[in-house]
Amino acid sequence: MEIYELTVHELLEKLDKKEITKQEILASYQNRIKEKENDVQAFITITDAEAKEQLEKNENNNSKLAGIPIGIKDNICTKGIKTTCASKMLENFVAPYNATVMDKINNEGMVMLGKLNMDEFAMGSSTEHSYFKQTKNPWNLNKVPGGSSGGSAAAVASGMLPWALGSDTGGSIRQPASYCGIVGLKPTYGLVSRYGLVAYASSLDQIGTLTKDVKDASMLLNVIAGHDEKDTTSAIKEKKDYTQALKNDIKGLKIGVPKEYFDDGIDEEVRESIKQAIEKYRELGAIVEECSLDIAEYALGSYYVIACAEASSNLGRFDGIRYGYRTKNYENLRDIYRNSRSEGFGAEVKRRIILGTYVLSSGYYDAYYKKAQQVRTLVRNEYAKNFEKYDCLLTPTAPNVAFDIGSKVNNPLEMYLADLCTVPVNIAGLPGISIPCGLNSEGMPIGFQLIGKPFDEETILNVAYTYEQNTDFRKNKPEFRN
Amino acid sequence: MQVSKEEIIHIAKLANINLKQEEVDTYLGHLEEILNYANIVNKAPIDGLSETIGVNEAYNVFRKDEIKESFPREELLQNAPEKQEGMFKIPKVINA
Amino acid sequence: MSREDYEVVIGLEVHAELSTKTKIFCSCPTEFGGEPNTHCCPICMAMPGTLPVLNEKVVEYAVRAGLATGCEIEQNSKNDRKNYFYPDLPKAYQISQFDRPLCKKGSVEIENEKGEKVTIGITRIHIEEDAGKLNHDEFGGGSLVDLNRAGVPLIEIVSEPDMRSSVEAENYLRKLKSILEYIEVSDCKMQEGSLRADVNVSVRKKGETKLGTRTEMKNMNSFRSIVRGIEYEIDRQIDVIEDGGKVEQETLRWDDVSGKTFSMRDKEDAQDYRYFPDPDLVAIRLSDDYIENIRKTLPELPESRRERYIKDYNLSQREANLLTASKYLSNLFENTLAICNNPKATCNWILSDISRILNEKEMEPNEIPFDENHLAELITLIEKGTISSAIAKKVLEELFENVNMPSKIIEQKGWVQISDEGAIKEVVMQVLSENAQSVADFKAGKDRALGFLVGQAMKQTKGKANPQMLNKMFVEEMNKM
Repeated sequence: MEIYELTVHELLEKLDKKEITKQEILASYQNRIKEKENDVQAFITITDAEAKEQLEKNENNNSKLAGIPIGIKDNICTKGIKTTCASKMLENFVAPYNATVMDKINNEGMVMLGKLNMDEFAMGSSTEHSYFKQTKNPWNLNKVPGGSSGGSAAAVASGMLPWALGSDTGGSIRQPASYCGIVGLKPTYGLVSRYGLVAYASSLDQIGTLTKDVKDASMLLNVIAGHDEKDTTSAIKEKKDYTQALKNDIKGLKIGVPKEYFDDGIDEEVRESIKQAIEKYRELGAIVEECSLDIAEYALGSYYVIACAEASSNLGRFDGIRYGYRTKNYENLRDIYRNSRSEGFGAEVKRRIILGTYVLSSGYYDAYYKKAQQVRTLVRNEYAKNFEKYDCLLTPTAPNVAFDIGSKVNNPLEMYLADLCTVPVNIAGLPGISIPCGLNSEGMPIGFQLIGKPFDEETILNVAYTYEQNTDFRKNKPEFRN
Repeated sequence: MQVSKEEIIHIAKLANINLKQEEVDTYLGHLEEILNYANIVNKAPIDGLSETIGVNEAYNVFRKDEIKESFPREELLQNAPEKQEGMFKIPKVINA
Repeated sequence: MSREDYEVVIGLEVHAELSTKTKIFCSCPTEFGGEPNTHCCPICMAMPGTLPVLNEKVVEYAVRAGLATGCEIEQNSKNDRKNYFYPDLPKAYQISQFDRPLCKKGSVEIENEKGEKVTIGITRIHIEEDAGKLNHDEFGGGSLVDLNRAGVPLIEIVSEPDMRSSVEAENYLRKLKSILEYIEVSDCKMQEGSLRADVNVSVRKKGETKLGTRTEMKNMNSFRSIVRGIEYEIDRQIDVIEDGGKVEQETLRWDDVSGKTFSMRDKEDAQDYRYFPDPDLVAIRLSDDYIENIRKTLPELPESRRERYIKDYNLSQREANLLTASKYLSNLFENTLAICNNPKATCNWILSDISRILNEKEMEPNEIPFDENHLAELITLIEKGTISSAIAKKVLEELFENVNMPSKIIEQKGWVQISDEGAIKEVVMQVLSENAQSVADFKAGKDRALGFLVGQAMKQTKGKANPQMLNKMFVEEMNKM
């Protein structure tokens, strides 16, 4: 088995036994990038030299994760290295500060191999909205990797990285993880600091992990979780060791399966595969019951109102004055504003800014934004009701498997509907994890999602882990089919 | 949901985005379609429900009034498209 | 119809910079001045990924201001974003407060031109961040953005449209300024822009109950220009109406040089601020205890001081009013008293000579370069006869130039009063010999002649002779004659 095929906890074991060195790990991943990046196109920036430097610098770092490679979604600020958000607007932007999660990664002595492709400003579900490149799904290079953290998911799935950080506003970690056959964890809103994450929708954005398995997800969550005084929306919670939650035992645990997620809107093969997963859970001793959570469409409606409204405001700062793209074509200030923004943003970003500006504009605020905020309360209440009975909920991660590149790009609404299963979790700020549960008849990965109570990452990690330990789906490897 | 051309042009101006003539119709179509879908929020059983501003229930998260060193100016200006005398340069603004 | 047929309606939106050490949402200093963009960090620059963290003092100061103006305090408050593009506003939104301001429904009492008490309602007080500054590039023809001021905390105090004249508007603003200084939430330095007002003016025919269309003059930062601006707008609006036109609702810029207002906004820039709750900040919830604790620490306000001055020190209504109008003058008065215990003299010095010099130098009371120790010593030196009040005035002028203890100043300048009997007698004899006519007048019962003689003696001694001794000796010597 090649080094790049190992999970991080396997790498650590081998390091511990001195079977491999940190240098060999780095070399293995860097070679793999050289081999596969041409096909997959997951990186916006590859930091070869910096990675070597970083490894040398951390020679004496005692953290057990020192020397472990990682990739970072390109909307997380990295001091001295470009952070582009996959936008022409930030093509040459170099932040003079680190995101809080980057400080944590650096403190561990981890080695960043590069910045990963995404939908521009994290707006999208396919990574087709990147200004720079189209990332391919490693299982089938004609398909999208999902999005917006498509670069992170594809890079981990193809073995170019052992793990990566992404961000999830409406499913942007879980959906690409599902499309690429890996594990994607979106923590509870507030568990991980957002400082230095370029905001798309502030009340929904959350940084999370894309890993090869659940144990790695727990380990990486250990690194990034925790209150940050620079982010007042980050929760003050006791530090936990999430690996302790992985018990490989779910006997008596109650899992609710909302029936609304298994109707005609969900692809039949996806439904079948998840039904088998449910059976597996029953076999493993969990109590699995059908329940009702009839809020998905309300949640999706409110999501596009809230996310676009917040985005329209968050992206106002890209005005061509202090940083970012400035048009060549200007005579006055208004030209700078309008031309820089029109030329610097892609179509999807402009679409969402216009939608968001519309729903906040006078006369429409009450009809949309205010209602959407009330829907948010409804969604939270509905989840809370279910959590009175169940320890966690199980749904598909996405209504379908990865689709063909270009097949939905001209139909924004259809693309938005692909977020139906993941969006309500962000609306309620809950933790969610996607784990692979099989391949469809075309050999494309299918994933299911576990949703937990606020700040109860332990339960969903354990439930996911127990499934993973008792099935073989992780052994499937992408084939880079053309 | 009917959105007029004038409305979308007004909204684009508020957002400081130019829409080319041929883009107006596309954006209009998409906007209407998405708004029609989003309009579902008006059908939700939300009577009497309060608004959730952020899901975080924390409040009064404040900072002490203590000075921390400011940032080196050259780093703050390193990304500026145009600068002069330690400031960001823009075309002349009347009323400044 | 003439101006008398119209009623004027004025409302003020006053912005006061809070005197916190750091900005409202980051730890950069609020200190005035500094090289451009040096009191800044990535948050001030609105760099992507940065987040605001609210300064606790800003909430406290706003609540103090609310309590001092009789406001109700909103116990469940929040921050909202006000979205608009301008180069001095780096985020393209200002974090402000929309529908749940920290304070609302207060009032202050002022006097109108007839000396009658008028209550001016305060609609609300909310917290928000200041914008940066645009400088002109003199050579290149562009504008330059300096963000040192961006994020300096402000409170905006919005009045009801309760003022009926420029005098009321001026008195209202003076009253607010004095309150904010007393409770030490703002230094209210108008020349530095730390207190400024947007002035809304409308006119309507007397008896009309509906408000006329108002115009808003932005960022007025001197009492004089506010009064001039209001007067100008009243005349302009009445002219428009009298000519059969309609006043347009617009934002104006007052130009001090030409004495006119100009329309500010480009018509194309329709304003629609799209307020919504800032998702980067959590709710502000203020408990009864929190509010009561702040109430307990409020200092004595001008009203109460005024009453006390009249009662305890026998000052006139007018004197008490003038002293308490400024916290700095009032504090100087009280602190000086604590040392020299001479209320009448202290009050006189502050209201006559000190105020006159402030006026001449166009200085604000907070800029007085000396303190109570200097003033108290000055008064004591007069009491002890070490200097005359004429010399004391010279010492005071000197105190405004080079602060030093008055005793040191008179020593250095050789201004010590002549109280030596022999020396005084010499002068008296000389003056008497040179002014026979005055001596005769005195003898004839004209008391004024004594004053003249003393004056002559003072002239000869350059004001240093002890006037009481002169008086006494002139009378004695003339009686001997």
